[in-house]
Amino acid sequence: MKEAAVERERDNTLRNIEKKQREEAERAADEARLAAARASEPAASSARPEKRKRRWDAKPDDSAARSGQAPAPARRPSEWETMESGTRAADVKPTPRRSRSRWDETPMIRAGGDPSATPAWTGGETPVIAAGGETPKITAGMATPSAAQIAAHAAMQSNVPLTPEQYQQMRFQREIEERNRPQTDEELDELLPSEGYKILEPPASYVPIRTPARKLMQTPMPYGSNAGFFSIPEEDRGQKFDVALVPEGLPEMKPEDVQYFAPLLKETDEEALTIEEQKERKIMRLLLRVKNGTPQQRKTSLRQITDRAKEFGAGPLFNQILPLLMSPTLEDQERHLLVKVIDRILYKLDDLVRPYVHKILVVIEPLLIDEDYYARVEGREIISNVAKAAGLATMIAAMRPDIDNVDEYVRNTTARAFAVVAQALGVQSLLPFLKAVCQSKKSWQARHTGIKIVQQIAILHGCAVLPHLKSLVDIIENGLGDENQKVRTITALSIAALAEAATPYGIESFDNVLKPLWKGIRAHRGKVLAAFLKAIGFIIPLMDAMYANYYTREVMVILIREFATADEEMKKITLKVVKQCVATDGVEPEYIRAEVMPEFFKHFWVRRMALDRRNYQQLVETTLEVSLKVGAAEIIGRIVEDLKDESEPYRRMVMETITKVIEELGTADVDTRMEELLIDGMLYAFQEQTSDENDIMLKGVGTIVNALGLRAKPYLPQICGTIKWRMNNKSADIREQAADLISAIAPVMRKCEEEQLLGHLGVVLYEYLGEEYPEVLGSILGALKAIVSVQGMTRMTPPIKDLLPRLTPILKNRHEKVQENTIDLIGRIADRGAEYVAAREWMRICFELLELLKAPKKAIRRATVNTFGYIAKAIGPQDVLATLLNNLKVQERQMRVCTTVAIAIVAETCAPFTVLPALMNEYRVPELNVQNGVLKSLAFLFEYIGEMGKDYIYAVTPLLEDALMDRDLVHRQTAAVTVKHLALGCAGLGCEDAVTHLINYTWPNVFEPSPHVINAVTEAIEAARVALGPHFVLAYTLQGLFHPARKVRDIYWKIYNTLYISSEDALVPAYPALDDDGPNTYRRVELDCFV
Amino acid sequence: MASAADRLNITSQLEHLQSRHVGTGHPDATRHEWAVNIHRDSYASYVSHHPMAMYFAVANGESVGRMKYEFTQKMLLPCGLPPDLEEE
Repeated sequence: MKEAAVERERDNTLRNIEKKQREEAERAADEARLAAARASEPAASSARPEKRKRRWDAKPDDSAARSGQAPAPARRPSEWETMESGTRAADVKPTPRRSRSRWDETPMIRAGGDPSATPAWTGGETPVIAAGGETPKITAGMATPSAAQIAAHAAMQSNVPLTPEQYQQMRFQREIEERNRPQTDEELDELLPSEGYKILEPPASYVPIRTPARKLMQTPMPYGSNAGFFSIPEEDRGQKFDVALVPEGLPEMKPEDVQYFAPLLKETDEEALTIEEQKERKIMRLLLRVKNGTPQQRKTSLRQITDRAKEFGAGPLFNQILPLLMSPTLEDQERHLLVKVIDRILYKLDDLVRPYVHKILVVIEPLLIDEDYYARVEGREIISNVAKAAGLATMIAAMRPDIDNVDEYVRNTTARAFAVVAQALGVQSLLPFLKAVCQSKKSWQARHTGIKIVQQIAILHGCAVLPHLKSLVDIIENGLGDENQKVRTITALSIAALAEAATPYGIESFDNVLKPLWKGIRAHRGKVLAAFLKAIGFIIPLMDAMYANYYTREVMVILIREFATADEEMKKITLKVVKQCVATDGVEPEYIRAEVMPEFFKHFWVRRMALDRRNYQQLVETTLEVSLKVGAAEIIGRIVEDLKDESEPYRRMVMETITKVIEELGTADVDTRMEELLIDGMLYAFQEQTSDENDIMLKGVGTIVNALGLRAKPYLPQICGTIKWRMNNKSADIREQAADLISAIAPVMRKCEEEQLLGHLGVVLYEYLGEEYPEVLGSILGALKAIVSVQGMTRMTPPIKDLLPRLTPILKNRHEKVQENTIDLIGRIADRGAEYVAAREWMRICFELLELLKAPKKAIRRATVNTFGYIAKAIGPQDVLATLLNNLKVQERQMRVCTTVAIAIVAETCAPFTVLPALMNEYRVPELNVQNGVLKSLAFLFEYIGEMGKDYIYAVTPLLEDALMDRDLVHRQTAAVTVKHLALGCAGLGCEDAVTHLINYTWPNVFEPSPHVINAVTEAIEAARVALGPHFVLAYTLQGLFHPARKVRDIYWKIYNTLYISSEDALVPAYPALDDDGPNTYRRVELDCFV
Repeated sequence: MASAADRLNITSQLEHLQSRHVGTGHPDATRHEWAVNIHRDSYASYVSHHPMAMYFAVANGESVGRMKYEFTQKMLLPCGLPPDLEEE
C-alpha cells in the first residue's frame, strides 16, 4: 500500500510538472511538445519533494482525509484507474466546471505532455518499454476484479507463469471491462443537468472495500513489472484505427510480443547499422512475419529464412528463436510455426548447429513432457533433427552433464531426449554409452537416468526394441539389486516397459532378471514392490504355459497379501497383474477358484472401488478376465446380489461387469435360481438409477434379456410394465432410455412370441409420437422401427395405414436423430408395406422427402434416395419422377445432386424405359441446371444399370452428341462421365459402333484445361480402351505424340502413358512400323518372320 | 472452377503413378527413346508368351531357349546407341 501511495504520488508530481509545461508549450509545435514531455520524465524524481502536499499524498483509502479535502463526492478510490480516458478528456480541455472533480487530478499514466497525444503509443515515438520510473506501476486494488483476474493475480504473485489461454482471457477481460467501466464524474456531469442536482457527500460510515480478493487488482496487472512486459496501459479504441502499432508491412503485434520485437518499432536508418545489426533486424522481421503474419507472409518469410539460414548463421538465428520458444505466452499455433522454422534451418545449417546444441536442448526438452500431445511430438521432431544434424558425439557431449544433475526434472527430460536421439540415430550406436552410464559408480543419479533412458526407448520404439532387447535388459539388470531404492524402482519399471514393448516375444532376453525379480518381491515393500510386480505382470504373458503357471503361483502369494493394501496405486497395479496372470494359458481355473477368488472378491468388490474411475475400470477388466477362466456363473453368482446394493456407482459397476461377462460367455451356465436373482436385481438397478452415463444400465438390460432369449419370456410382462411406466416419466432422459430399451428387446419379444405385448407397446409408442424433445422422439421412432421390423407389416399395430400419416408431419422435424429414424422407418414401410397406404399419401411424403435431401448427414440422404426408389416402385414412377424432375430447377447444388441420384435409383427400380423418355424430354428445357441434372442422372443411371445399358445406348446417343458439343464445360464433363459408364456397361456386348461414335465426340475435349473436365475425359477414354480395345486408343494417340506443339504432346503422352500402364503387353502388335534412321535400327525385323 | 491446388493434386498424382513405370514417355521424348521402349516391350512380350517364342524358333530354325536368350540379349541395345541430342 505504501508503495502504491508513493507511486501515485510520483505520478501526480509528474502531472503537475506537465501541466505547467503545457501552459508554456501551448504555442509550440507538436514535436516541441513531445520533446518537452520527454524532457519532463527525468525531472520527475527531483521535482518530487516540493510537491508533497497533494490530496493524493494521503493514502487513498483514508476516508476521513478524503471527505475533508475532496470537493467532489468521495468515490471509492479504486476507480481512478478505470477512468483514465474520461479523466484525460478533462485534462485536455480544462473547462471551468462547476465542480472541479478531484478526478481531474488523476495520475496520467505517462508523463506525455501533449494533450492531444493518445495515451499509449504515439506515432513514431517508441513506447518506452523499460521506462522504469513511469511505467504504470499499477498496483493492486481498484475495481472489482473478475474471477479470472483473481486467478491471474494469484498466479502472478506466486510467480507462476500464465498460460497463453490465461493471457487470451485476460485480454478479452480487459476489453470487456473497458467497455463496462463505471461512468466518470465528467460523463455524469455531461449527462445530468447541472441545476436541480446536488452531489452528495458519502455517508460517514462508508468504508471502502478492503477484502483483497474483491479489491481492484489492476487490470493490466499480469503485464506488470515483474512479468517484464510492457503493457498498453489501456485500450483506447479510437486510436487503433489510425495509429498502427507496427511499421508498414509487418503483421500485428501482441503486447507480449513487444519485448522480443521492440527494435522493429523504432524507426532506424538501416544504412547506419552494422552488418550484424542489420542481420538481426532482418531475422527479427522474418520471425515476426512467420509468427503473426498471414499465410502468405508466413510462407515467403519461412522460405527466406530457410534459404538464407547459412548466411544468417546459427548464432543470430537461435539467439532470437529460442527466447521466443521459451516465452510463456506462446500459443500452440505459434509454437508449431517456430518449430517448423527450426526444423527447416536445422536442415540447412547441418553441422553448423553444433555449438548451439545444448542451448536448443534446454529450450526444447521441456516440450517432451508437455501435457499437450502435439507439443511432445514437435519436441521429439526437433530433437531428432538436431541429433541428425549434430551427430551422436555432439549430442552425448551436450547432454552428458545433465545426466547426473541433482534436479529430477532435468534428468527426466534428459532421459526422454536421449530416447529420442536413440530413435533418430539407432539404438545400437547408443548402447555402449548407455552401458557405461548404467554402471556408473559415481552417482546413483546417473544410473537412474541411464535406466530411465532405456525405459523411454522401450516406450518410444514399441516392438522395434526387439533386436536390441537382450542388450538393453543386460545393461539394466544390475539395477534390480542397486543400493538405491529409486534405481531399483526405475529398473523394474524399465523392465516392465521393455516386456510390454516386446509382447508376445522375447522371453529369453529376460531370463537373467527373473530370479532377482521374484526374489525382490519377497524382499521389498511399498513403491519398489509395486514396480517389481508391474514388471512381473508384463513378463508372465511372454512365458510358456508351464513356466507361467509356476511363476504365477510364486507371485500370487504376494499379490493376495497386497489385495488388502490401502495404497491406490498399489491396488491398480495388483489388479493389473492379476489380470495378466489370469489371462495366461498355464494358470488353472481350479487354482484361481480356490486360491485367488475368495480374497479377490473380499477386498476388491467393495463400494469404495466404484468411486474412482480408474479403479472401477481396472476392476471390471480384471473380473472379466477372471470370468473367462472360471466361467460366467461363478462370477455372476458372487456379485448378482450386489445389483441391489444401496450405492448407485457400485450397482453400476456390478451391472457393467455382468454385461461384459454375459457378452463374452452367454448365459448358458446361469441356472434358474440365478436367473431369477439376475432379473430381479437388473430391474431393481434399472429402476433405481438416477442417471445413466455411458448407457451402462440400458446396455446391461438389453444384453441380459437378449442373452437369456427364450428364457426371458416369463419376465417380459414385468419388464414391459417398467418400460411403460418409465415412458410416462417427467424426465426426458428416462423416456428416451425406455424407448431405446424397447428397440433393444423387441427381437427377444418376438422370439418369445409375445406378439400381443409387442402390439401393445406399438400402440403406446404411437401415442407418444407427439413427444416434444427431439432426442426422445428419435428414440421412439427407432423403437417403432424395431417393432415394425420384427412384427411385419400385416400384424403391426397400430396398422400401417394409421401410422404412416402420423409420420408425414414428423418429416418436417429438422433434428438429425429424428430425421434419421423417421426416414428409416418410412423407408422400411415403403419397401415392405407400401400397399397399405394410399398413393396420395405417398406423394405427400415424396414432397417432404425432397427437403431431407438437404440433410448434412450422408446416411439420411442415402436413406432418402432409396426411399424414393421404394415409393416409385409402389405407386409407379410417373408421379415421383415428375416431382424429382421439377426439383432439378432448384438452386442448391446438393439438392440437385441428390435428386439426380434419386432419379437414377427410380430408373433402376422401375426399369429404365419408364424413366428415360421423360428424362430425355426434360433435356429440352433451356436451363443449364436442368440439362446438367439430366446428364448427371443419365450418368448415375448407366452406372447403376450396367449391362442393361446396351438396350438404351442408341436411344441416348443423339442427346449425348449434343451435350458433348455444348459450349458449356459442365455439359461436356458430365456427358463424358455418362459416356464412360455407358462404354463400361456395354463392353463386349456389340455396341462398338455407338461407343466409337461417342468417343469421337469426346476426344476433342482432351485439350480442356479444367482438371475436372480433363479427368472425366481421360476416364471416358479409359473406358473406351476397355470397350474398344487398346489398339483403338493407341491409333488415336499416335497422331499427337510427336506433334510440333508442346501442348498437344503433353496431353497425348499423358493419355499414352495411362494406356501403356494398363495394357502394355497388348500394345506390342499395334505399334507402328518405324523406319531405320542412320545407324539406328528401328524396324522390328522379327515381325517379318513367317513360317 | 477448380482451384490451383486441385489442379496440382490431380495431375501430380497421375504423374507420380506414371513415373513409377519404366517405359512411359514424356512430351520431350525422342523418337529413339520411344523406339527403344517399343522394342524392349516387344522382346519382353515374345519371351513371356511361349507360343510366340516357339513360332520364332520354328521360323528361324533355332531352339526356343536360344531364341528367348537372344531376345533377352537384344533388349540391351535394341536400336543401337542413341543419336546425338541435336539430331532430334
